[in-house]
Amino acid sequence: MRAFLLYENDDLALQMNYGKCSSSLTQDLEIETLCKAMARGDDFIYKITTNALISGLNNNIDTILYRQEVLRDCLNNQFIVRKIYEITVEAIETKNKHFWISSNKYPSSILSNSVSTLKDLMTFLKQIKNMADEHTGKFKSKGFVRFFDVLKKELDDKYFDTVQNHLQELEFEDGILFSATLGNGNKGTNYIIRKPLNKKNWLQRLFERKQPVFSFRINDRDISGAKALGDLNDEVINTIANTVAQASDHIINFFTKLKEELAFYIGCLNLHDQLLNINEPVAFPIPVEQNQRIHSFKGLYDVCLALTLKQKIVGNDASINNKNLVIITGANQGGKSTFLRSIGLSQLMMQCGMFVPAESYTANICNSIFTHFKREEDKTMESGKLDEELKRFSNVVDNINSNSLLLFNESFAATNDREGSEIAGQIVRELFEKGIKIFFVTHLFEFANNFYHKTKDVLYLRAERQPDGTRTYKLIEGKPLQTSFGEDLYHRIFE
Amino acid sequence: MSSFRSILFKTDHQFNKDVVEEPVFFADLNLNQIIDAIVAGKEEYNLKPFFYTSLSETYSIKYRQEIMLDLENKTLFRHITSFAESMQNIRKQLSIVDKLYYKYHKERLFIDVVKMYCEAVMTLENQLSIEDIKSQGLLSFRIYLNNYVKSSNFLSLITEANNVIANLSSIKYCVRIKGLTVEVFKYESKEDYNAEIEKIFARFKQNEVRNYRVGFAHPLEMNHVEAQILDGVAQLYPDIFQKLDAFYSTNKFFLDKTLLTFEREIQFYISYLEYISIFKKEGLKFCYPDVSNTSKEIFCNETFDIALAQKLIKNKSTIVTNDFYLKNKERIIVVSGPNQSGKTTFARMFGQVHFLASIGCPIPGKEAKLFLYDKIFTIFEKKERIKDLRSKLEDDLLRIRDILNQASSNSIIIMNEIFTATTLKDALFLGEKIMEKLIKLDLLCVWVSFVYELASFSEQTVSMTGNIVPENPDLRTYKITRKPADGLAYALSIAKKHQLTYDELIKRIKV
Repeated sequence: MRAFLLYENDDLALQMNYGKCSSSLTQDLEIETLCKAMARGDDFIYKITTNALISGLNNNIDTILYRQEVLRDCLNNQFIVRKIYEITVEAIETKNKHFWISSNKYPSSILSNSVSTLKDLMTFLKQIKNMADEHTGKFKSKGFVRFFDVLKKELDDKYFDTVQNHLQELEFEDGILFSATLGNGNKGTNYIIRKPLNKKNWLQRLFERKQPVFSFRINDRDISGAKALGDLNDEVINTIANTVAQASDHIINFFTKLKEELAFYIGCLNLHDQLLNINEPVAFPIPVEQNQRIHSFKGLYDVCLALTLKQKIVGNDASINNKNLVIITGANQGGKSTFLRSIGLSQLMMQCGMFVPAESYTANICNSIFTHFKREEDKTMESGKLDEELKRFSNVVDNINSNSLLLFNESFAATNDREGSEIAGQIVRELFEKGIKIFFVTHLFEFANNFYHKTKDVLYLRAERQPDGTRTYKLIEGKPLQTSFGEDLYHRIFE
Repeated sequence: MSSFRSILFKTDHQFNKDVVEEPVFFADLNLNQIIDAIVAGKEEYNLKPFFYTSLSETYSIKYRQEIMLDLENKTLFRHITSFAESMQNIRKQLSIVDKLYYKYHKERLFIDVVKMYCEAVMTLENQLSIEDIKSQGLLSFRIYLNNYVKSSNFLSLITEANNVIANLSSIKYCVRIKGLTVEVFKYESKEDYNAEIEKIFARFKQNEVRNYRVGFAHPLEMNHVEAQILDGVAQLYPDIFQKLDAFYSTNKFFLDKTLLTFEREIQFYISYLEYISIFKKEGLKFCYPDVSNTSKEIFCNETFDIALAQKLIKNKSTIVTNDFYLKNKERIIVVSGPNQSGKTTFARMFGQVHFLASIGCPIPGKEAKLFLYDKIFTIFEKKERIKDLRSKLEDDLLRIRDILNQASSNSIIIMNEIFTATTLKDALFLGEKIMEKLIKLDLLCVWVSFVYELASFSEQTVSMTGNIVPENPDLRTYKITRKPADGLAYALSIAKKHQLTYDELIKRIKV
């Protein structure tokens, strides 16, 4: 019995799987900030959403759309979905409640613990099943419709009754019955527990068949005898105790899996709430096949910045069709890094099936994202730094393919403009010609300018600056300008 | 039945003469260390007496050498050792069974041991039948064994054991435990409840989960609850259990005495071969010496002191081998040379190889012809004796006198640095006197002595010396070679090392 709310045909666990991407992706895109908002203090949701975002790069368009549908159902039935989530959480906790000591050495206590755990778990299953019965019509997505169908089919009333009866029998109030053969030293072996007989059947059977029965009773004071009998009893029920314990584990696993799947959507609901509060828009993106080069959006904003500032921030618009290189230049503190991050984050969010922080959004999917951001230590222009930077990029080159997305932030600036431009120019030209999608934030005027003059199929964005020097944080299309940082500085210092 | 009696002794009159006392010369020759190492781990067989007793007839030695040689066949060796291991286990099991309390428990385990025994015997018989055996001893053992497994006693033992076991294994019964009451009755088919429960919860089964089965120790002992259940089963199947009972009482002494003796005696060969394999692994050679009780022309090539080699291998040091021979009238080897050059080791080695040859074992060396002596005597300096010089010398002489009285022309005497505490004049005098007596006795002797004059005493004496590396007198080659004694070689080397030779001093001293 499975829920299938994340994948249509699979219940793969969401793994922290960077694939070929580097773990610096998390840091560069500030994924932590996003996931914290989604988790709202719940460590489990934090983990699941992080994994979902990272592993989303492996999803195909069908999976993305499948989740979008489920997520829409969740947004429309927030209360019910949160309630189901609560039930799963509570169900999983029964295991702790029944004080499972995994090192328990006595099958009899394993059995009785498992039986009472199962009794509890059955009530939670029943609750979920009742929810499904009650709210069927409100859910439209393939995922939820099928999940509710499975619940109804697998967990009918007759099943609950049967389980109830067995749980009763498993208490073995009339003792245990088993078969055996003679093993080593004529000691009993091959113990197989048999279905217990109730008292009436039992006597009747014996009298009818005139079965010879050899019987004895352990003396009440015979402590070692009672212990030996207990040991025997334990050995006989060892297998069935294991079966019942595993059954409760399996049901716990069902809930755990369900909790994992729901946690992702609960995280989305949490994020949705918070963005709604600061009037930020969200949109379900339209994913496009990965061999196309499309990136069009309206009002795309950096969700992390919005969450941090807790206010609506400036969004960007662009329509990048059939182009695979975007070079972003312009003033410092003009929103270039923020924009780059919003590109990366929205790509990840789209690919894991979430809504994106924009009024509208469409983009081709990619199979990996690589960031090459300027590191703090790159600030000093030591000779070793460029070496380090190139080495780092060389690792990236080992892993990229034509459907990767590359985000460069002030790369190859650890040397002077001329050298940096030459290096960056040669690298980017090659990647560009391979059709790899690239967003490149740079101060390297020579590099940016050379491309402007030689290649038409490149989009140039520039951080805007008012004539008075103030920033709008809005990127506009525009050719690279000779940096005015020095001029700003001159004015600030000399005037 | 064949006439096979013993794998160690060819004739009856040598049979079972267990010598319990360690021979007196063992300690001096370090043979005690060797024998201790050989028998280590095989205490239950009490093998030492076998290793204490020299054989007096060359054909007895031949008898053992052939068997030992057969056992150098690794397959045969493995068959014999695994048989011995089975027998050890059988004895161990029997002693455990013997202590058990509950009748049907004890009897069942007994029958298992009987079966183990039968299987071990049949396996060995089977294995030996296809091995290439040349020695008289093992050939006649093989005939014995073949007759034994075909004997009606053995055949009925195994058939009955199998029958009883098969009957017991066919029993299937049911038990019901409720509270403190236990009921035992014959099996009647009824659903496996565990399977049913598994089916009920199968729909939740996904991935592997933990295994909650508890491991139960199954001690051999039976508790009284198990015993009472077993009694119940016995009442349900009285015929089967009566047969078990009968088997136990008729077959209490099922082990064959000749086989038990064989198993013990064959350990002599096994333990020795196992022991020398350590040395063979290091590339050292062992050989079966040609042993004579008439000719005193002896030789041995590339031999070594096993006790020392044992230590050197442990320390991963190199082992130096030595040669010796005596021809024509030569009888006495006088060993001289610098300290720590391997003289005592050489003397011990000479004794060791002769002793090991006399018990029918292969000896360290590439090739050898040795003398079958009647007695070995050793006179080694006893360090612990702190007495005044006079009484010490007196003791030594008394000891030598005793030995010379006991020795015959077929004896071997090994002397190591006696008369060290006397003046050179005394030592020379006494040495020559004793030498005369030894020569008169015409016995074989190794005499380690600083009195190198003895080395050229007569045509019966041979001089062998320890050696140094001339360029560095502190280094020893541990080679003892046949050459005239030269007391100065060592001193000269030392002198040269310190630039104190004549030539050196001429250059150094410039007035």
